[in-house]
Amino acid sequence: MRLGQRFYLVEVFSGVGLTARHFFQNMGRHLAHALGGRGARGAVTIQYPEERRPYSPRLRSLHRLVRREDGSPRCVACMMCETVCPAHCIYIVADEHPNPEIEKMPQRFDIDLGKCVFCGFCVEACPEDAIRMDTGILEFSSYSRDGMIYTKEMLLALEPATADGRPRSPIPIPADRRA
Amino acid sequence: MVTDLGIALARVLFVMLFVLNLGGLLTWVERKQSAIMQDRIGANRASIFGFRILGLFHPLADAIKMLTKEDFLPARADRFLFTLAPFVSVFFALVAFASIPFGDTLRVAGREIPLQAITLNAGVLYVFAMLSLGVYGVMMAGWSSANNYALIGGQRAAALMISAEIAIGASIMGVVMVYGSLNMMEIVRAQGAYLLGWIPLWGIVTQPLAFVLFLTAGVAATKRIPFDTPEGESEIIGYFVEYSGMKFGMFAMADFLETVVIAGMTTALFLGGWQIPYLAADGLRFPWGSVVALPHLAVTLLQVGAFVLKVVVMIFFLMLVRWTLPRFRYDQAMRLGWLGLFPLSIANIVITGAALLVLGGRA
Repeated sequence: MRLGQRFYLVEVFSGVGLTARHFFQNMGRHLAHALGGRGARGAVTIQYPEERRPYSPRLRSLHRLVRREDGSPRCVACMMCETVCPAHCIYIVADEHPNPEIEKMPQRFDIDLGKCVFCGFCVEACPEDAIRMDTGILEFSSYSRDGMIYTKEMLLALEPATADGRPRSPIPIPADRRA
Repeated sequence: MVTDLGIALARVLFVMLFVLNLGGLLTWVERKQSAIMQDRIGANRASIFGFRILGLFHPLADAIKMLTKEDFLPARADRFLFTLAPFVSVFFALVAFASIPFGDTLRVAGREIPLQAITLNAGVLYVFAMLSLGVYGVMMAGWSSANNYALIGGQRAAALMISAEIAIGASIMGVVMVYGSLNMMEIVRAQGAYLLGWIPLWGIVTQPLAFVLFLTAGVAATKRIPFDTPEGESEIIGYFVEYSGMKFGMFAMADFLETVVIAGMTTALFLGGWQIPYLAADGLRFPWGSVVALPHLAVTLLQVGAFVLKVVVMIFFLMLVRWTLPRFRYDQAMRLGWLGLFPLSIANIVITGAALLVLGGRA
């Protein structure tokens, strides 16, 4: 250690000087903003619920089921996603599709988000591009485990996020919280 | 008779409300100042009807939370001492400020009112004594909790307090020698003199070493970081580990009050108390000869304002230190107290004595 460091007091003052500089710099910026200035902000804080950092377009958020033009799911119930899912959180019941050109359609398509690990394998595995994770919705919660199970209807109603990652559709309300 | 009583009451009330409110406000200052130092915003969510006013409702929300929380009493704790401890802590932190003068003698309607809560000839010793008595609350809390960690915390508090108080007392001795009085009012008044006709003869000028020593030991006496070994959140939680609700809040409050007291004492002893450079009893008298006459009341108000400002700046500095330095280990704090501060303050007394002998009498 240098002599100055051994004496400690010198280092104390250099440290206090550093934090004091931060204080006065940030205080000045806060005051400038309070007076209508447009310069650098005094804090790096993002005031979360009101203010969000832009999400990456690659972000894996809440799943949605892509719709055909008539509004029915594009999914053909091939069970690829259910098979590849490492968390076993997808549950599909297949059904006949009225159109003979389309092989099958899901009668039920449930995702248990309490189990989902958001790996995105289901999106990769899907041959029909029927499931995507681009809704930008991250805040879904429930007081019960059943509430974390999202059904086909809920997933079909979701829209993709905007370019800056802002969700376009409201967060689906699970069945047990619906009035 | 009634007027005298009223005046005495007003003096005490002024000091008490000043210290209490400042202490309460420090929870907000601590949150906000640390946030701004660390490029954050700080607590700002507590609101009344949507108004947040920079998070100023947070101290209020804290108080409501603490008052409505469960008042827990450990099964094997000493009920009486356990309850008494936080009160002792807060009481001595509160009364310590009483002999610190916040203004010169105010003359109204033929009366002379000294602007301090109590006029004491041994004011310095009084503050010193009250500050050291405060540790009894902490020790009581540690012993009566029937918890080993609390006991270690209380014992550490006692050890830290002893090593800090000795340095505080010894460093103050230099100031007392220079200004020749134990009366806080006299000490502040003596700091109105000038060196070479223009340098204010404040304690920081005559006793720079004592200032640093006193401040270091003072921070230790407040039991806050970097000297928070009695609490030691990362290792023993500390003497208040068993406390909950407002009793816990009172310990936190006592720490803030002690910060105010240390800031007030530093101001009175080293920063000229209520003195403003070149402000005499009848107005501003600049060293180059120009004079701006001011009425007595304006002078007194300026002086009280100067005292409050100095205390606030001192508190800002203490907070800055608290949010900058890492904490000392227990043995490091002890070593600093006994092998650093104590010998240096004794050396300071010797140097001051020699200097006074050479310069002849009081400086």
